Amino acid sequence: MSTGEATGADPAAGPGSAATGTPVAVGAAAARPRWWWTRLLVAVAVVAAWLAAYLVNGPLWDRIVYHLLGLDPASRLGSGVHFFCYDSVKIVLLLVAIIFVVTVLRSFMSVERTRALLGGRREGVGNVMAAGLGVVTPFCSCSAVPAFIGFVAAGVPIGVTLSFLIASPLVNEVAVGLLATMFGWEIAGLYIGAGLLIAVVAGWVLGRLGVQRWVEPFVFTTRLGGQVIDSTVGLSLADRIQMGREEVGTILRKIWPYLLVGIGLGAVIHGWAPQDLFARYAGANNPFGVLVAVVIGVPLYSNAAGVMPLVQALHDKGLPMGTLLAFMMAVVALSLPEMILLRRVLRPKLIAVYLGVVATGIVAVGYLFNAVL
Amino acid sequence: MQIKVLGSGCTNCHTLERLTREALAELGLTAEVSAVTDYPTILGYGVMSTPALVIDEKVVLAGRVPSKAQVAELLTAARATG
Repeated sequence: MSTGEATGADPAAGPGSAATGTPVAVGAAAARPRWWWTRLLVAVAVVAAWLAAYLVNGPLWDRIVYHLLGLDPASRLGSGVHFFCYDSVKIVLLLVAIIFVVTVLRSFMSVERTRALLGGRREGVGNVMAAGLGVVTPFCSCSAVPAFIGFVAAGVPIGVTLSFLIASPLVNEVAVGLLATMFGWEIAGLYIGAGLLIAVVAGWVLGRLGVQRWVEPFVFTTRLGGQVIDSTVGLSLADRIQMGREEVGTILRKIWPYLLVGIGLGAVIHGWAPQDLFARYAGANNPFGVLVAVVIGVPLYSNAAGVMPLVQALHDKGLPMGTLLAFMMAVVALSLPEMILLRRVLRPKLIAVYLGVVATGIVAVGYLFNAVL
Repeated sequence: MQIKVLGSGCTNCHTLERLTREALAELGLTAEVSAVTDYPTILGYGVMSTPALVIDEKVVLAGRVPSKAQVAELLTAARATG
């Protein structure tokens, strides 16, 4: 690597920066070894700083809340305030790491590639593939409608397309990361498995019901024209890292109100709610617990990060995990804004059936987990 | 130059339109910027992930909100070739 032309041979410089030929790019390419080591050093420093912050978070708030402020750890105020401060920092740190890693990994996938993979698949296998791809494809619910039309135009069956659309928000990567760190990989794995199962079965059932009747007719006449461009192809590693950093900022800016409300509610429940309050109404002994959780969760609209502190606080209060997972899935998977968007392509009847089938799946999974865990 | 921002009116689409206008102003370029919200037209460009940027009927970006510098780069490149 030390011999020959450094410019253009640098894999990290990518087509974007190479084409512009700015002085910065040329300078970086010429001094490649040092530049490369600097990058690596920065990366290691960032990871070390993150780890240090994560480890110091607990002891720090112990000192501040219990020693400096003199609050009693056993008191309601003390434990509530500690929960709020500690959890805020912890969740933000986790979010930064999870969003960054997931965005960089996902930048190797795209809706266009997923569509190509699903084109011409039959129901059954197609549903399974669509659910899996729904999890790994970078997808914003604001693209739900063009993706829906594009899939159908490419000959992907409606039921398979719906499996993709259900799995995408249901198996939320942020929720997976947070569940894994808070409750362990077993719970996170169960959540992924359950989400996939719901997406596969719900999509398949909807396909069987012949829901084509309830899709707006213009969807079937729309043709995908022009040259389909892959939104993530040809990016350099530097581009992908940049995307990851931007995504962290964008998402945190977007979700912090939900996060604060979620952690605030969590802190209140943690500090003030009587130990048996929730257990009495939604505990393992109440046969309607899961149903109640889903009925409450569907109209609530938040994101996984906002729900998680609530889930943790309720778990501490003795609510069973199945009920909590069902609640979380209901909140993140079924949202009014997405339904309003989908109304452009789906008739109200189909939206109602969609909601019903997915909600039923979530309830079933909740009861299943409560029975086996 | 004719510029179209494709997207159904979500926040990201508005952001892209604002960035494009700002980049144009900074480059001192004049162009006609319009928003396309009609789905069949969007799909007609082969775009499935919004927002997308179309310069002179050519899709130059889809599926993400770029930085203002990247938009400026795309605009300059499009002007050089067009």
